Parts: sequence; structure tokens; C-alpha cells
Amino acid sequence: MKLRTPIVALSLMALAGAAQAADPNLARNLAATCANCHGTNGNALKGAGLDSLSGMEKGKILQKIADYKSGDKPASIMHQISKGYTDAQMDMIAGYFAAQK
Amino acid sequence: MMLMKRRDFLKVGAAAGAMSALYGCAGGGKASGHVVVVGGGYGGATVAKYLRMWSEGSVQVTLIERNPTFISCPISNLVIAGTKNMEDITVSYDGLKTKWGVRVIQDDVVAVDAAKKSISLKAGGAMSYDRLVLSPGIDFMFDQIPGLNNAAAQNQVLHAWKAGSQTVALRKQLEAMKDGGTFAISIPKAPYRCPPGPYERACLVADYFKKAKPKSKVVILDANEDVMSKKGLFMKAWADLYKGTLEYRNNSEVKDVDVATNTAILEFDKFKADVLNVIPPHRAGAIATQSGIKLINNRWVDVNWLSMESTSTPGIHVLGDAIFPAPTMPKSGHMANQHGKLAAAAILNMLSGQEPSPDPLVMNTCYSFVDAKNAVHVASVHTYDVATKTMQPVKGAGGVSAARNEIEGKVAMGWAKNIWADMLT
Repeated sequence: MKLRTPIVALSLMALAGAAQAADPNLARNLAATCANCHGTNGNALKGAGLDSLSGMEKGKILQKIADYKSGDKPASIMHQISKGYTDAQMDMIAGYFAAQK
Repeated sequence: MMLMKRRDFLKVGAAAGAMSALYGCAGGGKASGHVVVVGGGYGGATVAKYLRMWSEGSVQVTLIERNPTFISCPISNLVIAGTKNMEDITVSYDGLKTKWGVRVIQDDVVAVDAAKKSISLKAGGAMSYDRLVLSPGIDFMFDQIPGLNNAAAQNQVLHAWKAGSQTVALRKQLEAMKDGGTFAISIPKAPYRCPPGPYERACLVADYFKKAKPKSKVVILDANEDVMSKKGLFMKAWADLYKGTLEYRNNSEVKDVDVATNTAILEFDKFKADVLNVIPPHRAGAIATQSGIKLINNRWVDVNWLSMESTSTPGIHVLGDAIFPAPTMPKSGHMANQHGKLAAAAILNMLSGQEPSPDPLVMNTCYSFVDAKNAVHVASVHTYDVATKTMQPVKGAGGVSAARNEIEGKVAMGWAKNIWADMLT
């Protein structure tokens, strides 16, 4: 179950042709920056009004982010935060959360 | 599966086994060793939990914290305004102990010996570490305000800039104040902890006055040239909600206090208040400034942003409000939590013989209430820049609320509950 995340990360870095060796935990580290609001490993507290991302389908997470970035989906804050992450970073984050339970 | 490489002084077997089932493979070589974390606030609690979680229990963590429970600075202004109580901002350390196997010791660290890799405890005894994390927050420079440089004065003219007994005491002063009185809050020159916090407090006290003591006034004495955070949103709140109640004075640095008359002494002026709330200038918490690690401006710790490690002293990592901030990076609880995760990832790499990740990212979200229900935010994302060797804000990302709104007031409480859980449970 856990092999998926490093594979996603590695293949992305290969595509991007990154010169520097990527940290195998990069997806985990990036996803942790979301945990303040969305819960450790994406398990947000129920009833606190913030999306739980753990186990959400990767494509669904990426679509939400794309809609925030484009402005198609109104947001109070995610339209501003999502622009701080590259598409490659968001792909890793979405993959990581999708693999969580 | 679990391999305890150090003396088994922690009863963590069961917790670690459960974690390993929950969180699976971490990848890379297995980290091991003992990390001592000093300070259990937003930074320290986070690094302690994430070290245990990400190492699946293979790294032992001792957290030394002087207070028996965590009390949050964020949301504490609502306690001062009377709409929340202390229970609402207090969280136990039990989750760190029982769920994550962190050894939590209530004590003060009085000395660091970087050469011997050991710390000394106030209650006596020493403790060795493989890596040390200092997350001491701030201490106040009372010597900059001579009239406040004694304990009796500090019990009367409060800062309430560390949540706890002073939060309660300031609330009591406001409750005891007569209608028609004046509350004055002074802000030190930046950088200081929580840039929007004083303006939020002024708003919330003004909101309380409007409802309970309508003849009373709020005055902000700001040492800075201008409002330091969320300026447009705060100024609009002051104009829309608190006209005639709240007054803002810039370039008004408090140089001294006459405690006998509750008077703030400015460079060319004096201001007498019924409730005087002076936030003195601050610097890194004493254990950081006394441990011999490199400071900038003799106040803030200089860190390597790839690892949060001191630039002068290998093996000592420093988090949160105590560090010299990267450009536009606020001293906030949210940011300290992000520092904690960055440090946890770097420490685990270093304990398993790897370099820290070369491209860390941290982000900040900060909500401020402008009345009991409406809030505004500021957000930013920061990534490591090789050229300047520091974190730089990502251009085009981040920003502030379009306008104050009740939705963000609800989200602010959701943020608080989630970040407390992310640190402590």
C-alpha cells in the first residue's frame, strides 16, 4: 500500500528531469504542510469545517486544486495557497493523501 | 519489526507497534537515536509527534516543557474578550505520551552543553541527546522598559503575550474596569510574535466595550510606522465597527512605564490608561540566547533553512518564534508547526546518514477576529531559495481576505482544533 507514493514521486522527478536527487519522502513532507488545517495525513477532525483529504481519490483532489487555482471554485483561502505549489508538487501531495486511510 | 537501538527507557513498544501498522514504510535507511525537544508549543510539540510518527517509533523523543498543559496563544484574544474560556484553548500532553510514545517531562532546561551533547534540568540531572531541538518561543526584554523590570510591576502592567495566567489576569482587569475607562495596548517594533495579534486584541476588546462598557475607549500605541499586518482589513474594521471607540497611534514606542499611575511613557508624550497592556520587545527564549549558538542582532537564532539547524552549532535545531525570520515570514504558531515538520524530516534524514531534503516548503495561515464572529486571514507559501540560502515567499501566492466575514470566523476555530490535533493528538 505504501509503495505507491515513492513511485509517484520518483516518476514525476524523472519526467521533470530534476538534476538533484529527490528526497524519497518529498511527497510526505509536502503533504504535511497541509496537515495544520486538513489533519495529520489528511485526517481532518469531523465537524471542524475543513476537508478531510485522507483516502480521497487523487483525481478529485487535483481537480479541486485546479478549480481553486483557476478561480472556477470560489474559496476563502485555497485560491491563494494553492498558487504556492507547483503542479508537480500538487500531484505528489494528492497522490500521498489518496494513499492514506 | 521494531528495533530499539537505545536503552529501553521509554515504554513505547505498544504505541510504536500500532504506529507502524498505521503508517507503514517510511522509505530510506532506518533512523535511530534520541532527540530531546525543549519547549512544547506549536513548534516543539509538532516536531516531537512527527519524529515519532515518521520514524515509526524508532527514534526516541523526550519533550521537556515547563507547563503542565499546552495553552494556545492563537484564540487567547477571545478569552481576553470574554467569548471563550481557558478550557477552550488548553490541550493535554497525554496524546503525545500515550498515542505517540513521547516522554514528556515537566521541567526547565537550564543549560546546554553542545560539545557533550547534553542538557541540564532545573530539577537536577543531565540528559544526553543525539540531536537537540530548541523551541523556546520568546522572552521579554524588560530591561528595555525600566519601570517594568521587576516582578511586581509585571504583575500589574500585563503583556498577556504568552497565553496562561496573564490571559486570565488581563480579562479580570478588563472586567473590573469602570465604564468610561481606557484600555491601551502597546506594540513593540517588528519583528515580534504574531504580527496581527495586537490589532486583533484591540478589535476584540473594543467589541467587548461596545457591548458591556460603551463609554470606554481602546488606544493602540504602535512603535511601528504603520499597521504591520492585514492593514486594510483592520483599518476598515476600525472605521466601520469601532469609530469613536478605537484610536490608532503609530510611531508611539513605549520607552518606560510609570507603574504607580498606569502611565506609558513615550518619547515625547505620556499616556495614562485604566488598563495598560504593554507588549515589551522580545527575543529568542532564554535557553536559546544562553546556549552560545549564533544570534542575529543579539536576539534571534540564525538557522540553516534546510534543516532548522543552528548555523554555528551542529546538532542543535531551533524552531518557531525564536529564529531570525526569513523574508516576510511571520512569527506565528502555524509557521512554528511548519518549522517542526521541516526539522523532523531533516533530523530523520540526518539520523539515518542522509542529507536533508534540498527543497523544503513551508506555508502560513493566520486568522484574526475583528469582532466576536467575523475574521480575516493572511496566507503565504515559502520555498527554499538556493541563491539567498533562505526561504523566499512564492510570488503570486498567498494574500488576505477580500473582506471580513463570518465563514472565516468559523474556519478559524476549525483551524485551531485541527492544528492542535496535528501537534498533540
